[in-house]
Amino acid sequence: MLNYILSRFATLSASLIVASIVIFIMIELVPGDPAAFMLGLNAAPDTVAALRAELGLNGSPPERYFRWVTGMLGGDFGTSYTYQVPVADLVATRLLVSLPLALMALVLSTVIAIPVGMLAASRRGRPADWSVMGVTQLGIAVPNFWFAMILVVIFAIKLRWFSAGGFPGWDQGFWISMKALMLPAIALALPQASILARVMRSAILETLSQDYIRTARAKGLSQRQTLINHALRNALIPVLTIIGLQFSFLIAGAIIIENVFFLPGLGRLVFQGITQRDLIVVESVVMLLVFAVIIVTFLVDIAYAIIDPRLRSR
Amino acid sequence: MKTKITQLPIALYVGLVLTTIFGIAALLSFIWTPFSVESLNIAARLRPPSATNWLGTDHFGRDMVSMLMVGARTSISVAIVAVGVGIGLGVPLGLLAAARHGHWLDDIVMRGNDLVFAFPSLVIAILITAVFGPSAFNAIIAIGIFNTPVFARVTRAGALTIWSQEYILAAQVAGKGPARISFEHILPNIGSLLIVQGTIQFSLGILAEAGLSYVGLGAQPPLPSWGRMLADSQTMISFAPHLALFPGLAIIATVLGLNLIGDGLRDLLDPRIRRQR
Repeated sequence: MLNYILSRFATLSASLIVASIVIFIMIELVPGDPAAFMLGLNAAPDTVAALRAELGLNGSPPERYFRWVTGMLGGDFGTSYTYQVPVADLVATRLLVSLPLALMALVLSTVIAIPVGMLAASRRGRPADWSVMGVTQLGIAVPNFWFAMILVVIFAIKLRWFSAGGFPGWDQGFWISMKALMLPAIALALPQASILARVMRSAILETLSQDYIRTARAKGLSQRQTLINHALRNALIPVLTIIGLQFSFLIAGAIIIENVFFLPGLGRLVFQGITQRDLIVVESVVMLLVFAVIIVTFLVDIAYAIIDPRLRSR
Repeated sequence: MKTKITQLPIALYVGLVLTTIFGIAALLSFIWTPFSVESLNIAARLRPPSATNWLGTDHFGRDMVSMLMVGARTSISVAIVAVGVGIGLGVPLGLLAAARHGHWLDDIVMRGNDLVFAFPSLVIAILITAVFGPSAFNAIIAIGIFNTPVFARVTRAGALTIWSQEYILAAQVAGKGPARISFEHILPNIGSLLIVQGTIQFSLGILAEAGLSYVGLGAQPPLPSWGRMLADSQTMISFAPHLALFPGLAIIATVLGLNLIGDGLRDLLDPRIRRQR
């Protein structure tokens, strides 16, 4: 088990290093001098030079790369060109919106998809199965930001149950903030739940055709007991893979959904960064997103080994 | 066994019909649209659906049917080219990895795949936009890069099972090199896999293009695109909901159609699934 974790960890570190180099090079390619951009056209050359030094723009690319990476390791993501505050602070405040949103969507989609997928599998070929397959086929085709807009029209504009957008902040009360994240989380969860329910259904069907399921039924377990005690655990491996893969879609989806609901999350931060040429913000947020995806992949690999002992020896 | 056309699953028919409608609308928009999408008519703005404008007009008085037709052209062409980029890069990489299975080249290709997977298409698009600015072309590159590892994986997995066949051994004995075997024997045999995956990536590409254009990283005005139309409609959604409804339905119908084709083809081409039916 330890060897397995160590080898996964080595892959994780290598991915992070390569990803950081790729991102750094991309940002290096951006034409123009951020210091000159910030100070405008009429700035004196020595003012620009002073700002360049302050922003840490001097030095060779490898030097700046190492400064950036070692800074990040110590929690220092640099200073935002436009906001004049540490990027780490900006990211931390925005994460308080984006992270709960992504987690809510993940929990919501899993909680919906697993029972629905099991239901469809246990009623294979019957109306319940057909309806689940039909609805999920549609759910996959719906763009989540469009679904979000429709939710706003129905629940915010017509019924007035929710506000159409914005985020009050956690200091305004836990439930008020959770309520503001509810519609975005539902919009984000719909396509994911559809995919997951279908994967769950086929995974259960796959395990139900195994010999040990017949044995379990033969020894007198009810269909329900077999499903929960034997089929579910074995079906979880493909489901877990999809949940892991979906995390990267959730992150991307959250960036778009934040724009529908005007939520002050990482997505809005990165778009402001692009329009205001605040490259250090773009660079750090993109690195953080990629870091999150790589970490989740790592955790999914570890979870495999816990669920399926056969994988540990590999 | 030869499948007669009457035995095709209904889902495949529905998918083909939906996709053909939008394909024809996109092609037709090159030579004809009910109204021009370039002329603005502010007097006729925000009209609800009527006999003249079947789906109403937008905030510049442009006809929605015409906008949707040209939008179909943008979405479909971006998605097709992005699938082409994915196939063009991914398939040779997958073939290479399979031909050198267990070799360090295989490892490099697979680890590279994992790495690209860590950059969701939107994140790639953000990086590209930060450097080169937003455009439909950059959206193609972003979606295409994201497609590459998908095709590399499918190709490699398919190719590995073919490499273990005896006729490949025969070809090797006959003196054919790995490159020749890959293109003459492996590629034709994994064609169906690639077509199914291509359809799925095509539908994902339509969704991705819509998302990128919606947040302003894809097609730029005045080029109509379904994602942009949705973005424009957002501030007017309370008094002109038809502006948001129709582009959304167009995206759903196209993506649904492609997914139905993909599923139908997979069932048709995979005898293992067919027997289970």
